[in-house]
Amino acid sequence: MLKVENIEVYYGMINAIKGVSFEVNEGEIIALIGANGAGKTTILHTITGLIAPKSGHIYLEDKDLTKLPAHKIVYLGMAHVPEGRRIFQQLTVLDNLKLGAFSITDKAQIEKNLNYVYAHFPRLAERKNQVAGTLSGGEQQMLAMGRALMSNPKILLMDEPSMGLSPLLVNEIFKIISEVSKDGTTVLLVEQNAKKALSIADRAYVLETGNIVMEGKASDLLDNPRIRAAYLGE
Amino acid sequence: MITLIDGLSLGSIYALIALGYTMVYGIAKMLNFAHGDVIMVGAYAIVITLSYTASPAVAIIAAVILCTILGVAIEKIAYKPLRGASPLAVLITAIGVSYFLQGIAQLVFGSQPRPVSAVWRQLPKIPLLNDLGITTAAAVTLVCGVIIMVALNLFIKCTKTGRAMLAVSEDRGAAVLMGINVNRIITVTFAIGSALAAFAGMFYLFQIPNAEPTLGAMPGITAFTAAVIGGIGSIPGAMVGGILLGVVEKLCLASPLSSYTVAIKFSLLIVILLVKPTGLLGKITREKV
Repeated sequence: MLKVENIEVYYGMINAIKGVSFEVNEGEIIALIGANGAGKTTILHTITGLIAPKSGHIYLEDKDLTKLPAHKIVYLGMAHVPEGRRIFQQLTVLDNLKLGAFSITDKAQIEKNLNYVYAHFPRLAERKNQVAGTLSGGEQQMLAMGRALMSNPKILLMDEPSMGLSPLLVNEIFKIISEVSKDGTTVLLVEQNAKKALSIADRAYVLETGNIVMEGKASDLLDNPRIRAAYLGE
Repeated sequence: MITLIDGLSLGSIYALIALGYTMVYGIAKMLNFAHGDVIMVGAYAIVITLSYTASPAVAIIAAVILCTILGVAIEKIAYKPLRGASPLAVLITAIGVSYFLQGIAQLVFGSQPRPVSAVWRQLPKIPLLNDLGITTAAAVTLVCGVIIMVALNLFIKCTKTGRAMLAVSEDRGAAVLMGINVNRIITVTFAIGSALAAFAGMFYLFQIPNAEPTLGAMPGITAFTAAVIGGIGSIPGAMVGGILLGVVEKLCLASPLSSYTVAIKFSLLIVILLVKPTGLLGKITREKV
């Protein structure tokens, strides 16, 4: 479904991504794990068009995204839950969700998506008229996810959903990610919390300073001694 | 009482102009110093059209259309190529555009002040109000100003484009991820801001005897001050700031301190920023890295 082919990204003179390739198949949950500064967020930003790669190509269902402006990529069925949530703090929960459906013109479809989001995040339904900036961290993460799901994405890109959340909330968020995946949305998950990410992913790629150094089934990586030592703190 | 109504009326002109400054600042993150000169073009459009036809309606439509096109053109030609450039470069360009418009106006309309046509001056009498001493001009300005501001608020709160404007003004990157075309939103913002300037220009003609190429400078700078007093980027702030300055100006003019009016008006900015650096309704923004 999503194919990243040999992308290279530079920040000025600094080569942040050094020829990364990977693939996400329909229905999978793919985890991209790695330490701080490995280039995980840069890869997501490149996929959604916020950064242009110096070389390489990105295909979504055989359509080349590389030359497309970022705002058009949403219309092809890709939603991005950015790092740090980036919800619209001054707007209400409902306005945030409606903005998530900006790419959809069919009112009935928007209503359907809204009900879907409320079913997974009942808290958002309770607080729909509240200003988003007053939500707790966990609720804001739920809103960021709900907002992305409002566009009816085929593939959902998630950047560090566990960041700054209590272990209990992390569990809840990850439970919802698996639910969304079971409903048929493909998920590309970027996480520092490798243990959590590998526990729900089908396959994973390990990123180190701009290179993919390892890939495989998530369960195999969980048992791999090198991964255990480097990322699981054992 | 009459002074207060006059002040509210002048204030709603300032508020309309301040809205243009504040919306463009909120969404494009730039100060459009050419905004005052769009008011001048709107005012001239009225004066010139009325020298050919006696219909104020035609003049109003001509002014709004001309200013909207002008605002969008300024953005496309002068500011769009500078997207991502340093704020200083954009600021200097805006000042350049301002002088450019004044120069063009001198070429086209001549540097001699043009008297505002009699058609525009002869407003119908409103029996009750006029007896109280409230001029028709003040009443029309105030009522129309309020209607325009309410309409603008409804547009921003209730339409998809309005919501997208709020989203872009809060977090441009996140707005792009929603599928919002930021360039389109910036164009819409300039169009709305310039249409408001056209209305401000036509109402401002009630306040002055002649139209001249520099007529936009004073209301422009006052409204900019109003936008900063209200909290730049804040739409209700621009309205509050504009009304406040209008009332203060008219009250000063009616008092023994009338020769200090301009000084008092701008000192208000310093006093308010000392007490509340973000402006009356401004939000504390933390710069994100």
